[in-house]
Amino acid sequence: MATAEIAVDRAALFEFLTRMGDNTLILGHRVSEWCGHAPVLEEDIALANTALDLIGQTQLWLGLAGEVEGKGRNADALAFLRDAAAFRNCLLVERPNGDFGQTLMRQFLFDAWHHVMLTALTKSEDPRVAEIAAKAVKEAAYHLERSSDLVIRLGDGTDESHARMQRALDDMWSYVGELFIADDADRAVAEAGIAPDPASLKPEWEAIVSEVLREATLKAPTSAYVHKGGRRGVHTEHLGYILADMQFLQRAYPGATW
Amino acid sequence: MATATLPSLDEVWHWLSQVPDPEIPVLSLVDLGIVREVAWDDDTLVVTVTPTYSGCPATGIINLDIERELNARGVAKVRLERRLSPPWTTDWMSAEGREKLRAYGIAPPVDDTAADGRSLALARRLASGSNLTVACPRCGSAQTEKVSQFGSTACKASYRCLSCLEPFDYFKCI
Repeated sequence: MATAEIAVDRAALFEFLTRMGDNTLILGHRVSEWCGHAPVLEEDIALANTALDLIGQTQLWLGLAGEVEGKGRNADALAFLRDAAAFRNCLLVERPNGDFGQTLMRQFLFDAWHHVMLTALTKSEDPRVAEIAAKAVKEAAYHLERSSDLVIRLGDGTDESHARMQRALDDMWSYVGELFIADDADRAVAEAGIAPDPASLKPEWEAIVSEVLREATLKAPTSAYVHKGGRRGVHTEHLGYILADMQFLQRAYPGATW
Repeated sequence: MATATLPSLDEVWHWLSQVPDPEIPVLSLVDLGIVREVAWDDDTLVVTVTPTYSGCPATGIINLDIERELNARGVAKVRLERRLSPPWTTDWMSAEGREKLRAYGIAPPVDDTAADGRSLALARRLASGSNLTVACPRCGSAQTEKVSQFGSTACKASYRCLSCLEPFDYFKCI
């Protein structure tokens, strides 16, 4: 078990693990904002359960990140006591919820990446990473199935739902690209066989997305412009609001438990 | 404590088979397949449990329930260990557990139907309009439809019976 850790820089592994955990944490928090507000009861429950899966996965990723870091920080400390610049989630997951269609489109674009990424991670050289991925990929498969289904139904639905889904796709598209761009930390964990090179996931992601969009009668934007920065801590203003909400209690009442 | 006075592992399994799942109390933790191992480490009873879903809020309660049950049975030292791998699957749910679920009004998992993320298959299923056949736990009819992929908990989906018109939960295969 220790072999993989020795073979890779501890800081790069920590970086990788917080990227995984912060993606699921921030998306989980965003999706949970729908609780009590979704258009129908069944979707309200589905969104809350998706959020719960994502937060559960966060505990595994950030728990391991804290262990690897070795400074006594657990998953809660990493989630509630870091400032925005220390967060490593991609910009896509901090996009505002918008309407139900925007929430679903963001979820679909993320789920497609997440499922491909987790599938690759089940073969990680680090058994701790592989076992978290093997657990999470089963949940992500259900997320992807649900979001694909709804993107198809709403895209290929009424004029109104089609127009909203196309607008959502146009809005979210440029926030996906950063998930496929490698930096030094990505290269270090890829060389150690812990995680795939981010760019290697793109063909499979594109295959899933183009197939679902075709069924949904939606058109992917042709612009190649990519917003980036989240994965190295440069965030949009939205993350600050999320953290203010999510971290308030632990900041105002340090160590509070119930 | 001398080894001879420790309860046998068979006895421990029997006790655990009487601890109900906090969300679906007709099922025991053993029926659910989440107790992976029990073993003695000197005079400490080590119980290895695997979580169902990563975010299942019942996990903490389950650990407490196990500890309380074993303490009540006279086992003073209990250690709970979490095992993630291999990940929990509904394949581990006992036949008895599946029957209990059905009698309780929850359709048991249909094996080998877990989501696999392959959207081509999904698109075809949508195009053909066919769905996974889940029999109604009340009237047994196969004429049912999915209402939502998530029901009252992450492990269940919402279905509706088109014959007797009852809504019901389906325990998803994972």
